[in-house]
Amino acid sequence: MFESKAGVFFIAGVGFFLLAFLGNGVVPMLMYRDRPEVTAEQLVAGIPEPDEPDPEQWKVPPNLRIMNQFRDLAERYPEQFSVAFGEPTEETCAEALRLGRQIYIGEACWHCHSQFVRPVSNESLRYGPVSQSHEYDNELQRPVMFGTRRVGPDLSREGGRRGNDWHAVHFYKPSVVSSNSPMPEYPWFFDGSPDKPNRRGLALITYIQWLGSWLPEYPYYEELVEVTGE
Amino acid sequence: MSHASAAPVADAAVPAHEDLVDEKIVGAHFVASLVFLTISMLAGILMALQLVHWNPLVGVELLSPGRWRMIHTNAVAYGFLANAFLGAINWAIPRMTFQPVASRALNWFIFWAWQVIVLATAVGIVVGPSFQDQAWVMDLSKQWHIPFSLGAQGLEWGETPFWIDPVALFGLALVAINFMVPIARSKGQLYVANWYFMAAFVWTFLTYAMGNLLPEYTVGGTSAGAIGGLFIHDLVGLFVTPLGWGLMYYFVPILLKKPIWSHGLSLVGFWGLAFFYPLQGIHHFLYTPIPMFLQYGAIISTIAVELVVATVVINFFGTLAGRSSAVVTNLPIRYFYTGMVFYFITCFQCALQVTLTFQKLIHFTDWVVGHAHLVMFGVFSLWLFGIMTDLFPRLLGRPWWSHTLCVWHYWLSAGGVFVMFLDLALAGMFQGYYWASLQPWDVSTEGAQPFWITRVFAGLAMFAGLLCFLVNLWMTWRGAETGEPVTATAA
Repeated sequence: MFESKAGVFFIAGVGFFLLAFLGNGVVPMLMYRDRPEVTAEQLVAGIPEPDEPDPEQWKVPPNLRIMNQFRDLAERYPEQFSVAFGEPTEETCAEALRLGRQIYIGEACWHCHSQFVRPVSNESLRYGPVSQSHEYDNELQRPVMFGTRRVGPDLSREGGRRGNDWHAVHFYKPSVVSSNSPMPEYPWFFDGSPDKPNRRGLALITYIQWLGSWLPEYPYYEELVEVTGE
Repeated sequence: MSHASAAPVADAAVPAHEDLVDEKIVGAHFVASLVFLTISMLAGILMALQLVHWNPLVGVELLSPGRWRMIHTNAVAYGFLANAFLGAINWAIPRMTFQPVASRALNWFIFWAWQVIVLATAVGIVVGPSFQDQAWVMDLSKQWHIPFSLGAQGLEWGETPFWIDPVALFGLALVAINFMVPIARSKGQLYVANWYFMAAFVWTFLTYAMGNLLPEYTVGGTSAGAIGGLFIHDLVGLFVTPLGWGLMYYFVPILLKKPIWSHGLSLVGFWGLAFFYPLQGIHHFLYTPIPMFLQYGAIISTIAVELVVATVVINFFGTLAGRSSAVVTNLPIRYFYTGMVFYFITCFQCALQVTLTFQKLIHFTDWVVGHAHLVMFGVFSLWLFGIMTDLFPRLLGRPWWSHTLCVWHYWLSAGGVFVMFLDLALAGMFQGYYWASLQPWDVSTEGAQPFWITRVFAGLAMFAGLLCFLVNLWMTWRGAETGEPVTATAA
């Protein structure tokens, strides 16, 4: 059996592969099988409560924070924004999130920035709450961007930490706002200057501001002034 | 045993070499593999220069270091390793089984199809993101809630754009058929190398299908993360590793002119690898929200496989015993055994770094990057360089133009990657402590500069080694007269 063609083919080849797939893949799939996957539109607009309360119903509140950020982009870069997305509606916001994430993947952001906070190494002090499984049950986590390397910091709680203008300048030329940053420059997200982010730039900034916006705490850089009453 | 050197068979029963091996396709795959290795190493150098602020090509969209970082890993796995393995098994399997491949025409179809697949992947990764924002693509994504991507997809080594995945899978099926036919037709006991090859054909197909079809299209959330971990792990463990060891079981006894030391240990090595290796995928994502009991399972099987690796390495050093001078006189053997020493180091490192204690410090750091380079370059690339050093003179019908350049290729490659490994392992520990001590992020990137600069030069040394090899190959191919006294590279 151990040296026969059939043994190698069926036991080692097919059998052991399936065994590992069962243990490493099917078990978590079964554990989380009851969780519905939330779409990008539902992430922005929320899932409305049904008239009759249904304990089985997955509750998703509307994400006001990302809409605020999206509207901020529309006010800050009105000409660029109207060309790219028209009006800042929930629908265009979902569209921007979806596109922004594709750019995040296509430009390999995830090869230098992780998206999960570990319960060790003081990470919850640096970034925020430790990552939990339910955070990843939505369309914009398909597939999850856990990442394997941090040349730059984790981004899963990056939303709201910095203003949209900071992100625009940072994508255009990182060293301007973050001296000695080894991050590459992305001038192709702009029409010539950092105050003119194009559709790709606006979408990517929206996506970054969305990261962590589902948590109880959202730093909200812009509203900090209102909170402190200055 | 059907092994050519180990089992003397009456001459009449041995088919002629020409009837078994299509030498042209071996050479074609080797040349293609070296082209992709050159591209891949240039991409790696670009990323290394970016990190130390020496990138001369700042702000060029199609030369973005991020996109080329994905070219670097994909070109190594699918361009260099896959091609070099296909070349080597086109030599080894027919000679071992006394059976030609199922079809030579199919072989050439596979060759061209595979180059198209790898090139299309590269074009997709480099150009795709610029054209991602097409109405029809984004509408498709919106309708199906699936990230259809003209550029890279979000899984390491699964970046291959979605429209290439089915074609690549079809190609892998053809490879499996073409090479499993001679193994199935072979008579008598199946030699160790063929266990590895046969399993590798099944595993590679299944792994590729799992990684490229499940996380994007079917499973979501942390389950997809677990499958992603399994995919990147299996691609090394069930595609590269078995093909590499299979080739060692073929080439080492032939070059040393003696059989493998212990058949029993070969059995332990193969079945241990087959059982434990695939169980470890989740160890790439420790401390994630993937259920903890699954993480523990992955850790335990990783430590178990280290014991298995020890038996394999012991078996090969047992084979070397009595012929150890071959390491000095025989360059391919030197490549093979250097790779095995590096393999033992990486696997020993694995057994330590997989523990939660180590993970706390080294996860996400350059330690892991060093580990990956030692495995992919220090082990498998060195083995393939050794095989090419052995086979090219036979394919071309003349000795190497310069034995000196062959030796330089060895020392620059092995020395360069070992320096890179030590350098990045050290860098990783510094980064881990910088982060845990909550210093500003810049401290970790500034503190990494000396290590990153060292890494640039280690990488350049490895690239210089490749250039030696390419020049040597070019001159040998042209049939240039050698100025050196004739010394056989494989004594």
